[in-house]
Amino acid sequence: MLRYSFKRLISLIISLVIASFVIFFVIEIAPGDPASFMLGINAQPETLAALKEELGLNIPKHERYVSWVTGMLTGDFGTSYTYRTPVNQMIADRMWVSVPLAIYALLISTLLAFPVGIVAATNRGKTGDVAIMGATQLGIAVPNFWFAMIMVLIFSINLRWFSAGGFPGWDTGFFLSIKSLTLPAFSLALPQAAILSRVMRSSLLDVLNEDYIRTARAKGLNKRQSLWRHALRNALIPVLTIIGLQFAFLMAGSIIIEQVFFLPGLGRLVFQAISQRDLIVVESVVMILVFSVIMVNFIVDLSYAAVDPRLRSRV
Amino acid sequence: MTLLKLNSINLNINGKSILKDISLEVRKGEIVAITGESGSGKSMTALSVMQLLPIGSVQNGSIFLEDTNLISLTESELCRIRGNEISMIFQEPMTALNPLKTIGNQIAETVKLHKAASHSDTIEIVKSTMRRVEMPPEKFPLYLYPHQLSGGQRQRVVIAMAIISNPKLLIADEPTTALDVTTQSQILTLLKGLVTDLDMGMIMITHDLAVVHNMADKISVMNQGKIVERGSTSTIFRTMKHPYTKMLFNASNHKVDLPKAINKEPLLEVSNLSRDYILPKTKIFERPKIFRAVDKVSFTLHKGERLGLVGESGCGKSTLTRALLGLEEIQEGKIKISGQLVLKNDVDSFASKKRMQVVFQDPFGSFNPRHKVSRLISEPLYLEKKNITNDELNNLLETTLISVGLNRDDKEKYIHEFSGGQRQRIAIARALIVKPDIIIFDEAVSALDVSVRAQILDLIAELCRSLDLTYIFISHDLSVVRTITDKVMVMENGKIIEYGNTEKILTNPAHEYTVKLIEAAPSMPSFS
Repeated sequence: MLRYSFKRLISLIISLVIASFVIFFVIEIAPGDPASFMLGINAQPETLAALKEELGLNIPKHERYVSWVTGMLTGDFGTSYTYRTPVNQMIADRMWVSVPLAIYALLISTLLAFPVGIVAATNRGKTGDVAIMGATQLGIAVPNFWFAMIMVLIFSINLRWFSAGGFPGWDTGFFLSIKSLTLPAFSLALPQAAILSRVMRSSLLDVLNEDYIRTARAKGLNKRQSLWRHALRNALIPVLTIIGLQFAFLMAGSIIIEQVFFLPGLGRLVFQAISQRDLIVVESVVMILVFSVIMVNFIVDLSYAAVDPRLRSRV
Repeated sequence: MTLLKLNSINLNINGKSILKDISLEVRKGEIVAITGESGSGKSMTALSVMQLLPIGSVQNGSIFLEDTNLISLTESELCRIRGNEISMIFQEPMTALNPLKTIGNQIAETVKLHKAASHSDTIEIVKSTMRRVEMPPEKFPLYLYPHQLSGGQRQRVVIAMAIISNPKLLIADEPTTALDVTTQSQILTLLKGLVTDLDMGMIMITHDLAVVHNMADKISVMNQGKIVERGSTSTIFRTMKHPYTKMLFNASNHKVDLPKAINKEPLLEVSNLSRDYILPKTKIFERPKIFRAVDKVSFTLHKGERLGLVGESGCGKSTLTRALLGLEEIQEGKIKISGQLVLKNDVDSFASKKRMQVVFQDPFGSFNPRHKVSRLISEPLYLEKKNITNDELNNLLETTLISVGLNRDDKEKYIHEFSGGQRQRIAIARALIVKPDIIIFDEAVSALDVSVRAQILDLIAELCRSLDLTYIFISHDLSVVRTITDKVMVMENGKIIEYGNTEKILTNPAHEYTVKLIEAAPSMPSFS
């Protein structure tokens, strides 16, 4: 297990290094230098020179790469050109919205998908299964912002249980913050839950056809016992893969939902930074997103090993 | 005393009649064999005793375990009987265990389910059961996972799970079919001993008449859902009346009429062939260890010669085959066909490779289900890059199909439309179409029913007469190798330990490993 984790850790570090290279040099090789790109075509030569100086474009590339990376390692992401504030502060503020939102949505989608997938698989071909499959088909087909609008309509406008948008900040209290994240989390989670429950169902159906389930039944376990004791953990492996992918999506892909609910999240930050050509912010946020996706994959890899002893002993 | 009594069981699954009027009786301490070919209903008979039938089954008749009619019981009552009074062992030990749970956990589960024992008592019961199936916990600790065990060891774990609660009846469904002959004989001895020691009744389901002959007290022969003949083992082999039983018996003892090999020029020369695998490292900074799967193998195959290759799984048979076919890199040695070197990564190698064709064990899995037979068979021709007209191709296809005993219309069909035996004929046609010098049969008849197997063996002999085939026949079944080859090689741990005339070696083996193989193979009675 230790060797396996160590190997995964090495591959994590290599991925991060490669990703930082790619991000840095893609921005470097973009036509024109970053400074003129950021200022646009009507820039004054003096402003341009000043920005170049500020961005350090006069220093050789490899030195700039090194100082960018070491800066990030010490928590210094540079200063946003548009907002004139340290990027690390901006990102930290947004992370406090985006990460809890992603985790919240993932929790909802998992908690929905597991029982739904199990019910569908154990009632294969019966009414319950058909109904669930139809509903998940709908959940996959309908975009999440539509769910968002419908939920705002029902729970904010009609029932007045939740506010229609905005985030009060964690200093107003845990409950209030969570409450304001609830509708966005649900609208993010519903399509994800639909996908996840389909994966859960088909994975479980595969496992229920395995020989060892027949062995379990021959031992005298009833259907429910053989499902819980032998099938579920075996069915989990493909499901974990999907959960990992979904977390990555939820971190970066929630721009529309953040827009609908006026949430100050990472997605919106990137969106604004791109439209304002604030490359320093773009670069940093993309790196943070890449880091979190790779971390999540690392955790997924570790959880494979926790589930499957064959991975632990294979070196 | 009668333990189990099936009274005229009829079973329909989704309206299709599967079992017709099955009656069967098992006494304490008695082994009753159910034999027959695939689809005869023998596994369904076992599953109806377990009451573990597939969805859509309708069953009538009665199944009495002592005084209880199993058919009238509720699901929860049945759960108390399964694994406790009736246990079952399945065919595939590799997949019969949950890969994510330790063997100790899985064996103990039966006890926890059926007996009120404390945790430490349970562990003790598990340990003593493991000793009983010759898996001493000192050597095989309870925390092992199934993937850390061999097939035979896994089957012992499955048996331990089945007998741990001292069941009255044990059902074994092809318990040794997936195992090597030596492991098979150990498992059969173990099962026989357990039946005597624990005074259980046992239903043994097998297609292998030789196993039946060595194991069973009574036999029921099944065909198309019916029991066609029954009796005690000692008499039935002598007095069999039903044509189906006779057919099964003759097919199992099938001898082909192989023409004498006459040509003597060397065709395939293999010298000092070695194949190494690099083992995964156990420490980070160490030199990787090497496992030599094929160890300096040398042999010569003459034109028109039929060579058998036998040995247990893991002995290097398959690796050697793949190396010959150019599918494995070799670390040492030379392979020559008609004096021409088969070089790796060389332009010339393809020309010589095409002179060797292969027929695999699984006739379904080795075909692309989305291609028509015409494409499946003619594919090797495209690799030749020879220009042939459509008419020529059609002619060639049809003659090849006819030569393997199929119809010319079959070329328009898909692979799922054929039976197992026909599929194997198609595989042979695919090998024959490029007129190869050598065909490699890799367990080519192992997955087939005895009657079909006999037909395919006849076909091979027929092709030997008409086409003067040269082949290497790889099989774990010594009786098949005996009839279909002139020479045989015995392989152990990557080395050829014995080589020579098949009949001579199988009657008078020189090496102790060959002796062990021959003794382990279950034998058929030799009267006619």
